[in-house]
Amino acid sequence: MTRKRLVLTVLHRLAVLAYVAFALFPLFWLLKVSVTPTSLLYTEGIRLWPSRASLEHYEFVLTHSSFPTFFLNSTIVSASTAVIVTIVSSLAGYAMSRFVFRGKYWIVALLLLTQMFPLVMLIAPMFKMLSPLGLTNSLTGLVIVYVAFNVPFATFLMQSFFDGIPKDLEDAAMIDGATRFTAFRQIILPLTLPGIAATLGFVFTAAWSELLFALMLISGEKATTFPVGLLSFVSKFSVDFGQMMAAGVLALIPACLFFLLIQRYLVQGLTAGAVKG
Amino acid sequence: MASITIEAITKTFGAVPVLHDIDLSIGDGEFVVLVGPSGCGKSTLLRMIAGLEDITAGEIRIDDRRINEVAPKDRDIAMVFQSYALYPHMTVADNMSYSLKLRKTAREKIAEAVGAAAGKLGLDPLLARRPKALSGGQRQRVAMGRAIVRHPKAFLFDEPLSNLDARLREQMRAEIKRLHKSIGATSVYVTHDQIEAMTLADRIVAMHGGIIQQVGNPLDLYDRPANLFVAGFIGSPAMNFVEGHCRAGVIETTDGSKVAIPEGIHLTEGQAVTIGIRPEHVRIVAGSEAGSYTARVDLVEPTGFGTIVHVRLLGQDLKIYTLERGVAVVGQPLHIALDSTRLHLFDRETTNRIG
Repeated sequence: MTRKRLVLTVLHRLAVLAYVAFALFPLFWLLKVSVTPTSLLYTEGIRLWPSRASLEHYEFVLTHSSFPTFFLNSTIVSASTAVIVTIVSSLAGYAMSRFVFRGKYWIVALLLLTQMFPLVMLIAPMFKMLSPLGLTNSLTGLVIVYVAFNVPFATFLMQSFFDGIPKDLEDAAMIDGATRFTAFRQIILPLTLPGIAATLGFVFTAAWSELLFALMLISGEKATTFPVGLLSFVSKFSVDFGQMMAAGVLALIPACLFFLLIQRYLVQGLTAGAVKG
Repeated sequence: MASITIEAITKTFGAVPVLHDIDLSIGDGEFVVLVGPSGCGKSTLLRMIAGLEDITAGEIRIDDRRINEVAPKDRDIAMVFQSYALYPHMTVADNMSYSLKLRKTAREKIAEAVGAAAGKLGLDPLLARRPKALSGGQRQRVAMGRAIVRHPKAFLFDEPLSNLDARLREQMRAEIKRLHKSIGATSVYVTHDQIEAMTLADRIVAMHGGIIQQVGNPLDLYDRPANLFVAGFIGSPAMNFVEGHCRAGVIETTDGSKVAIPEGIHLTEGQAVTIGIRPEHVRIVAGSEAGSYTARVDLVEPTGFGTIVHVRLLGQDLKIYTLERGVAVVGQPLHIALDSTRLHLFDRETTNRIG
């Protein structure tokens, strides 16, 4: 029996390990190509690590391309989108979770409806709307579009987190002397931190890697975000893989940092002990 | 301290009526228990006093001040929830002082009040802990501490002991009663447990189907239940009911047995009645005597202190509660006498008490 269990455990670990390797391999390849000098890229065949590693691609990307600008743009757009969406969706999600109000059904239906269209369909009308307002070719325009597209899903996400928090807690706070908003701010929000962190992370990555709208709404280099910038390495006759990969590795850094910051809130268990469980 | 007046309160959830025209006045310092089966509207009524539910119609006053439109935070009441509802991200001390902080009480005063309440409830060693590090009984105590720390006008309890095991529940019950004696605050207590209601209440309000069935002190409800619902709800083991009709000056039960009509009660010929008799008022007699019955023992349930004996009599499964041991043996006949002064009679049409 114990022997059988041991074998099963080992098999289980191996399977997990294999999956992790499968998931991480592209990232490793990204890193590998980014440090491979252009001269060795096609000559060495397939090997796990180049015979000579160099940072020449990084140097080029950081000093001779517009990548720093793209980076800054992406950071501004993603962070603003994440913050705005999280604020709006936590308020909306709270209302959805706690209140009964006229038209709630229709609002939920509308929110769902917005998630059903292929984005491509919406590009032309979106452009038509933003253009006269001077919001094409601007980061503000992008933020507005991203916020609009992310709020519905984030609202549902936040609602599910609020649903998990007992209603008695606000009732108790309100009887203790808090207004509903104070109870929300001092009691409910601190307990929803994992949910807020998840929403922030989700929206940040969604905005960080968004390509379609950025490509269609932005034309000048000044407002270009990083995913669109990556495309500039693809020219008509060649693809500069080394530089592209180096830029890709650099692009991973903010996302990694961001998750490092919020990861402790992603760990659930804060609400334990609130009510008899 | 305050009095609470409830006048013609009605509550509907959408189209579903929950409370019908409730009138109740709770005196200063009184301990009132709302008791009834789940869904009877007792918790809704309590939450309306707290301000957590809107009032559909009617008026609630605390000390003659109409509070229908007053926010919960301005009603100056404290509430203990069934789930305890402790703030999980705060320590016990912070949980208890939260209400005082919201009122911008001076820090020394807060420390003093929390210290006093913690001392009263034996919470001193736990003040720095978070709720998740507490046992159920300790959480319950913190919830009580949070309520008493601010000396509110009234305490509301929403089934505070339902989540505790039997032993702890008994202990906390006594503690709540002691606390009420020492603080003397007006209290409204909701429970579905009639023993809690009997032991704690100055006055019991028995509710069923959104209507107050009877209001009175615990022994009143036990001795003179106003209708079949109260008779069946108060008392454990529950009252026996026997159906019958008035025929020629006696009550004839469905199996043809005859029960004498208690003195001073007038029934019309043919009137459909239900006889109620508490298991502890059914006497087991040594031999056949005038007006006694003989029945076969069906089941014997010893409870330690007493014994519940089930017999088949008057067309019913009749329960008898006796303190004598070994008088009943399953399958053996038993002689039983009904004390006519202890009989309760109810009109079967209206379910109300007769006499």
